[in-house]
Amino acid sequence: MDEIRGMVLLLPGLQLLIDLLRERGWSVVGPTVRDGVVVHAEIESVDQLPHGVGDLQDAGSYRLRERGDAKLFGYVVGPQSWKSLVFPSRELLWSGHRDGNEVDIEPAQVDAPHLALLGVRSCDLHALGIHDTILARRAVADVAYVARREHTFIIAVTCSDPGGTCFCVSMGTGPVPDKGYDLSLTELADEDGHRFLIQPGSERGEAVLDELTTRAAGDEVLNSARADRDTAREVGDAAAQRMGRSLDTDGLRELLYRNVESPRWEDVATRCLTCTNCTLVCPTCFCTSVDRVSDLTGAETQRWRVWDSCFTDDFSYLHGGSVRSSAASRYRQWATHKLASWVDQFGTSGCVGCGRCITWCPAAIDITAEVGAIRSGEG
Amino acid sequence: MPSLAERQGTQPVGALVPRLFRVANRRQDTADTFTMMLEPLDGVALDFVPGQFTMLAAFGVGQVPISVSSDAMVDGPLCHTIRDVGPVTHALSRTSVGDVVGVRGPYGTGWDVAGGENLDVVLVAGGIGLAPLRPAMLEVLHHRQRYGRVVLLYGTRSPEDVLFADELKRWENLGVEVLITVDYGTPAWDGRVGLVTTLIKRAGFDPHSSLALVCGPEVMMRFTATALIERGVRPERVRVSLERNMRCGVGLCGHCQYRELFICLDGPVLPYARVADLLGTREL
Amino acid sequence: MRTIEQYLPEHPFFAGLDTGALAIVCGCATNVSFAPGEFLFRQGQPANQFFVIRRGRVALQIHGPAVGTMVVDTADAGDVVGWSWLVPPYHWLFDARAVEPTGAVSFDGECLRGKCEEDPRLGYQLMKSVSQVMLSRLTAARVRLLDVYGKANSVSPLLSPLLAEAEATWARPRQAGATHPGATNAGATNAEPG
Repeated sequence: MDEIRGMVLLLPGLQLLIDLLRERGWSVVGPTVRDGVVVHAEIESVDQLPHGVGDLQDAGSYRLRERGDAKLFGYVVGPQSWKSLVFPSRELLWSGHRDGNEVDIEPAQVDAPHLALLGVRSCDLHALGIHDTILARRAVADVAYVARREHTFIIAVTCSDPGGTCFCVSMGTGPVPDKGYDLSLTELADEDGHRFLIQPGSERGEAVLDELTTRAAGDEVLNSARADRDTAREVGDAAAQRMGRSLDTDGLRELLYRNVESPRWEDVATRCLTCTNCTLVCPTCFCTSVDRVSDLTGAETQRWRVWDSCFTDDFSYLHGGSVRSSAASRYRQWATHKLASWVDQFGTSGCVGCGRCITWCPAAIDITAEVGAIRSGEG
Repeated sequence: MPSLAERQGTQPVGALVPRLFRVANRRQDTADTFTMMLEPLDGVALDFVPGQFTMLAAFGVGQVPISVSSDAMVDGPLCHTIRDVGPVTHALSRTSVGDVVGVRGPYGTGWDVAGGENLDVVLVAGGIGLAPLRPAMLEVLHHRQRYGRVVLLYGTRSPEDVLFADELKRWENLGVEVLITVDYGTPAWDGRVGLVTTLIKRAGFDPHSSLALVCGPEVMMRFTATALIERGVRPERVRVSLERNMRCGVGLCGHCQYRELFICLDGPVLPYARVADLLGTREL
Repeated sequence: MRTIEQYLPEHPFFAGLDTGALAIVCGCATNVSFAPGEFLFRQGQPANQFFVIRRGRVALQIHGPAVGTMVVDTADAGDVVGWSWLVPPYHWLFDARAVEPTGAVSFDGECLRGKCEEDPRLGYQLMKSVSQVMLSRLTAARVRLLDVYGKANSVSPLLSPLLAEAEATWARPRQAGATHPGATNAGATNAEPG
């Protein structure tokens, strides 16, 4: 592609895009406001998107605010990442029936609905790529995840208003989506009006844009795509200057490996509740466990794959006790895995700088501050 | 364009679904340790290499990783020697001939006994650690001429806890030097009492030209590896078998991680040189 | 069989001693032998000797009302047995019993103590050897204290209803009226924790 195609949608054009996708069999999931938080829900209309909503995020703090404009994506990420749609927190693996000594095992049917994800931020896009590596491209793949990802249509969006806990620039994961999407949006709202530059990122995306072009009428698109491409680039550049946090990743893997006995781990343990919030909101965490569910007679049994967290007491249980019984060792495990061991295991950092773990920690623990303290502690 | 029919996938989850095996025989080895001999219901034998493990499921209770203890080079039932230490192993200890259990695997890295060709081979077992080493010993004995001196150093808790006593005698008769010690004994025991590391200086092997395979509780493996290396065995020729909490056995659940290593994928058998620093780290 | 003068210099315990010190030590040494069951020394007796085992096996025992008699250590060819001659009040803390026909070199501890007092250099060389062996035996004893092969914690009470359930479904059919030990009627939980 020598020239990146694009077109400019007005708000009715965005509605047309949603309608078009639904006609093609995709359920559209996008951001909505519920209970004072931006969460993902199935939508049919642009009216359901957050209009003029912004957010204020800091360590242990999340608030929505009214922007005073009409922007639909003028906030960053809420507590949910997209992982719960392709990697659900509970998934049936198999059912077993026992009759005396006859045991019958029935593998579960995989539920892989066609989902169009509207409004995927660059950090979350990278997180999906990381999960693709871990769950789809290793010796044993998560078959259900693979099926669901094949049925995922991604409409990414460039962040215009990064939050107080964002540090995607430090992690090289944003704020402009670079690859792995089908379509990418940049929202513009200025004297030239409220509009969306939309660009394809895949053949599927191009096909949708083609159909959009054919069906769009005058009040749905503009033709000034070229000029708007520069403006859109400025949105990304400006956002990159407004990161709320930063993390020095230079030699980070070696730093954490050699600081396995740093006193900082004991220090953070005086604050960390091991509540597992961080692992729940983190878009790259992937640890799971297996729940056994049986009826009273034990004749019917099911195995469910469920999310798990390395912060729980029994995560590392080994006949007699847990290997990691102290909070210090568990926080060390999570931070070292996320920022160091992950690189050896999967080739990239496990952190995409989305800031959720900082925002949603009830003790306001900030991973960038903890790692920064270890680095400066080396003097 | 996905049709309505294609909207739902119908693929099974594969690696996480157990195969059914029937208990063909069982043997009580000591007060708390027993051996199960399993036959596959579908008739397809489970091929493994010495050192690998399976995830055994007691239906209605749960699943645990257990090393395979049978002879890898001979057709026959799949054996697991298991210690009753928790609810799942207890449930397995209560199975009878004819009962059905679930098996997934085999998983993990093997002892790579062939790497000891032309070397002396020293197996150091602690407690139940003798079970995962049994297939390695049997492999050595199947190709006896490929190896130099063969030594088994075996430490366990008390004389009543000695496993495979008859087989140990058979191995001695085949020319294996077998040295046994217990942590404590009664006067009726006329064998050795003391830590298994004290056997290292007594056995007749050339440390500079040896492969050492070590299996047992982690503390025992740490001291044993150090003692072997002090005696002159090269660190890269000492292999240990590590253990961590496992739920899936295939590297997806994340439980068995040991810093950057997945014990179920990169282990359980690992070169000591690779993990020496990790073994020294508390609560890793 | 080699004489004491030929045997001792090659023994690692005496490797640090110079010729003069070795001569003194040899002067305090004599060959002894024990039949199986014979005691080298008994707990409580005055400790004025130590032994280097040349062949056979010696068991270190302790006895007590709850414990009976337990063997806590064994010594084979090349091992040194007996340390209480070095430390006041110079009484044996354990029994030492020959398990097999055993030959050893026995050292007059009282005599050697005297010689060490007179010649601190000899004393220091001997102490260096003694402390090395003591450290390795102490470490081994401490590791065995961990009881690494011992049984782990018993089943948590939280999980025993699950066990009872498993037992109830796993057990063979029973005659009416017979009770199964350990089975409870506690309702089975629906999900295994964690």
